[in-house]
Amino acid sequence: MIHIKNLTKKYGKATALQNINVAFESGESIALIGPNGSGKTTLIKSILGLVIPTEGNIFFNKKSILQEWKYRNEIGYMPQISRFPENMNVHQLLKLMKDVRKDEHNKLDEDLIHAFNIENILNKTMSSLSGGTRQKVSACIAFLFSPQVLILDEPTAGLDPLSNEKLKEKIEKEKQKGKLILITSHVLSDLDDVVSQVVYLQDGKLMFHKTVEELEDFTGEQKLNRMIAGIMNKQFVISN
Amino acid sequence: MKKIIKYIVIDLLRNKIVIGYTIFLLILSASIFNLGADPSKGILSLLNIVLIFVPLVSIIFSNIYLYNSAEFIELMLTQPLKRKTILLSEFAGVSSALLLAVFIGIGIPVIIFDGSNAGWWLIIAALFLTIIFIALAFWASVATRDKSKGIGISILLWFYFALIYDGLVLFILFSFSDYPLEKPMLAMCALNPIDLARIAILLKLDVSALMGYTGAVFQQFFGSSEGVIFVVCALLVWAVLPCWRAFALFKKKDM
Repeated sequence: MIHIKNLTKKYGKATALQNINVAFESGESIALIGPNGSGKTTLIKSILGLVIPTEGNIFFNKKSILQEWKYRNEIGYMPQISRFPENMNVHQLLKLMKDVRKDEHNKLDEDLIHAFNIENILNKTMSSLSGGTRQKVSACIAFLFSPQVLILDEPTAGLDPLSNEKLKEKIEKEKQKGKLILITSHVLSDLDDVVSQVVYLQDGKLMFHKTVEELEDFTGEQKLNRMIAGIMNKQFVISN
Repeated sequence: MKKIIKYIVIDLLRNKIVIGYTIFLLILSASIFNLGADPSKGILSLLNIVLIFVPLVSIIFSNIYLYNSAEFIELMLTQPLKRKTILLSEFAGVSSALLLAVFIGIGIPVIIFDGSNAGWWLIIAALFLTIIFIALAFWASVATRDKSKGIGISILLWFYFALIYDGLVLFILFSFSDYPLEKPMLAMCALNPIDLARIAILLKLDVSALMGYTGAVFQQFFGSSEGVIFVVCALLVWAVLPCWRAFALFKKKDM
């Protein structure tokens, strides 16, 4: 579904991504893992067209995304830091999103709006919301239009345990429907039940792309954070 | 696209600075016309406001507004929308709000109290300068990521066009005063939208008789229909050029 070919991104002299080749198919649920500054967010932003690649290309359903915009109809995005127009209230924001992106095909998916009790804060302005509540609103918007691809950048950071569980349930449910889910997180234990594949980035390079089963066999561990820690300790680089 | 423009325009029409700007211009122009009996003197006083104040407010306000809309723009960029559509909506929103402010604040009083040929030119010049300085602000803020840098560039641009450029022209005039400079002066005017607007209005007023031989050359050129077309075209170029740069840069900008 998403094919990334020889993607390189440079900011001036600094290289954020170096010759990334990777393919994500629908039905997969992928964890993007890597230390701070390894290029996870740059990769996600490249897929969304927020960052323009220096070299290489990205194909969405076999079509190049460069200077394209229609493909974003199929993507729900939850950014790491949710920034919204501060003077709008939640109701206006949701209405704006629906206006911009009204769907003829899919009906609105308001599961999360109910799960997070967003109805109760519809009249609050965005500037008065706490960081966690903003994350909730952000998650609602990402899931609202039942997109084929969900890109979640640190979705659980700042959420309370209960909301965290609700969001994970929702991700699980969407995964069952055969959607492509891309998640980055530092809290690896959060990803345990959700993720089927792992992509590991370091210094802008793709170190490996393996299924969770392969990693289990390789390291003999059950938990994702143990697997990753094991690989990092052994200083292994598994070639693709 | 219409829907995004609607959101931006509603947001701007509630903006206190836009409302304050409109009221300030309205009070100012109404009181200037009520001070003296001669409306053409009123036009002359308003001229300085149009040439100095309107560009300043247009460039600074649009710059700050664009930086403050960063969240909105970022949110829209992740949606199925063209980059061009998003920036164009911002431009259309800011332009329509400020043009409306200028039209209510300067246009209506001038039409009511004066209504002469020079008055109409004043209104056209004010509207043109508004658009041109919004375009410059868009270019400055798309080109720079840093907010303070972008606003700094905007202030410098205004300073250059409103004050420094005239100083440079005077310097050239005195340095080369032995040569006939009437024709080069015409070209130099075209390089500054504020000068262009000033000359276009002054020549419609009686004071142009006091400007000597240069005034006569200017009168001959700008008084003709070719001259009018030249002024309008030059102002249009001044509006389109920075816009075009802003859109080209925005297309390739990393968010």
